[in-house]
Amino acid sequence: MKNFKSKYLAAFIITSSLALAGCSDDDEKEMVEMPDPEPVNVSYEVTITNLTNAQPLSPVAIVLHDTGTLWAIGEPASTALETMAEGGDNSELLALDIVKASVSGSSPLGSGATEMLTVTIEDQTDAMLSLATMLVNTNDGFTGLSNIDLSGLSVGDTWSAYTSVYDAGTESNSEAQGTIPGPADEGTGFEMARDDVDFVSMHSGVVSKDDGLTTSVLTQAHRFDNPATYIMIKRTE
Amino acid sequence: MKIKTKNTITTLAILSGALLCQSTFAAEIDVKITNLTQGIYFTPVIIAAHTSDASIYTLGSAASDELQMMAEGGDISGLSTALTTASADILENPAGGLLAPGMSTEGMLSTADTNMYLSLGSMLLPTNDGFVGLDSWMIPTEAGTYTVYLNGYDAGTEANDEIINGGGMPGAAGIPVDPGAANGTGAMGVTDMENNEMVHVHRGVIGDTDVAGGYSDLDSTVHRWLNPVAMLTVTVK
Repeated sequence: MKNFKSKYLAAFIITSSLALAGCSDDDEKEMVEMPDPEPVNVSYEVTITNLTNAQPLSPVAIVLHDTGTLWAIGEPASTALETMAEGGDNSELLALDIVKASVSGSSPLGSGATEMLTVTIEDQTDAMLSLATMLVNTNDGFTGLSNIDLSGLSVGDTWSAYTSVYDAGTESNSEAQGTIPGPADEGTGFEMARDDVDFVSMHSGVVSKDDGLTTSVLTQAHRFDNPATYIMIKRTE
Repeated sequence: MKIKTKNTITTLAILSGALLCQSTFAAEIDVKITNLTQGIYFTPVIIAAHTSDASIYTLGSAASDELQMMAEGGDISGLSTALTTASADILENPAGGLLAPGMSTEGMLSTADTNMYLSLGSMLLPTNDGFVGLDSWMIPTEAGTYTVYLNGYDAGTEANDEIINGGGMPGAAGIPVDPGAANGTGAMGVTDMENNEMVHVHRGVIGDTDVAGGYSDLDSTVHRWLNPVAMLTVTVK
């Protein structure tokens, strides 16, 4: 997004200076010269509601891309996904080579809260959208959307879905003190070591100390069932 | 409650606009709802066809007083009144009482031209303020049979203490009853807090196996569920 913005700004400034130059120029022939075609913005408003009871979501990452995926069930998580799923840090996901445009929430999204983010790409209506965010009171649980085809969306159209919770498979679901970055524990987020199954799967839920896992820092309040979020995508331009 | 009463002039304008400019779809529909759970009863179900201005609940928003009445005590009279005011077509209590686990009930609905959306609500019993819901599902215009799976939601209006004490009035703590009589008694209570006070996905009950005390009067081997909790079959004739 930053890259795109700066490019667009640069283009805008150049166009503006040409226009200004044209205005101040007495030679009318120069004013009617055709400018280079302006890039056409294609924008999507993404509205996400956190439907969990007590699982804040890490800053939501939304990316547009043509190839690749942020994760695949049954495959090992990338380090970028692991970093987000264990610690809520989405910076590596946003910096992936496949990303053509992106946007990130500025802060965590609390339970019951709704946030709208806009992602914009130039001159392309058939990108794929992926979204990822951590359930921060888990070891490595996350939710999101994978490779949603946007080509069918015309301006004004909406598409919506409920999202399920996945397990990155990179950190054992110990629920132990010091292992969970969310407010339930304020423990460690990302750790390089992989001490779990090392493939992405659906999440089996948290157990919690209230259900007999005496070493868990989580309570019954942190338990969850699918879906975890409701997401609506609207193409606005 | 999002139900708004349109003034007559607006209604006439919309009706005449609809007649002049676009086709609308009065429909005869059969609905069948199946309780997919193993140990949770549904209180009298309310099903309504309504306009886009009305709803029974909105995820991520606070429950209406009428929804609270249904979710905490199974009383659908408030919702029925509000939906009637909104000119909805309503099917109330097709099961003639409780819908037991694994059971189905059926009914018919004749929908007016502008009532193009279907919603449903019923309390999950025994829970504090859990309900099964469908929010504003667009009724297909093409004849056929359609299946929708429904989730269990938490109205966000009452702490899930899991104490069975007859409490069913809005604001009264506790669960009215376990119709299956699989409950314990004398529990201390699971929690007195409601983390997410918006309508959200129910995290499930925790229960325990202590029939004469413990934290919960619910039985963890009987009263748990995972989504989906209901199947709705809609036949458009």
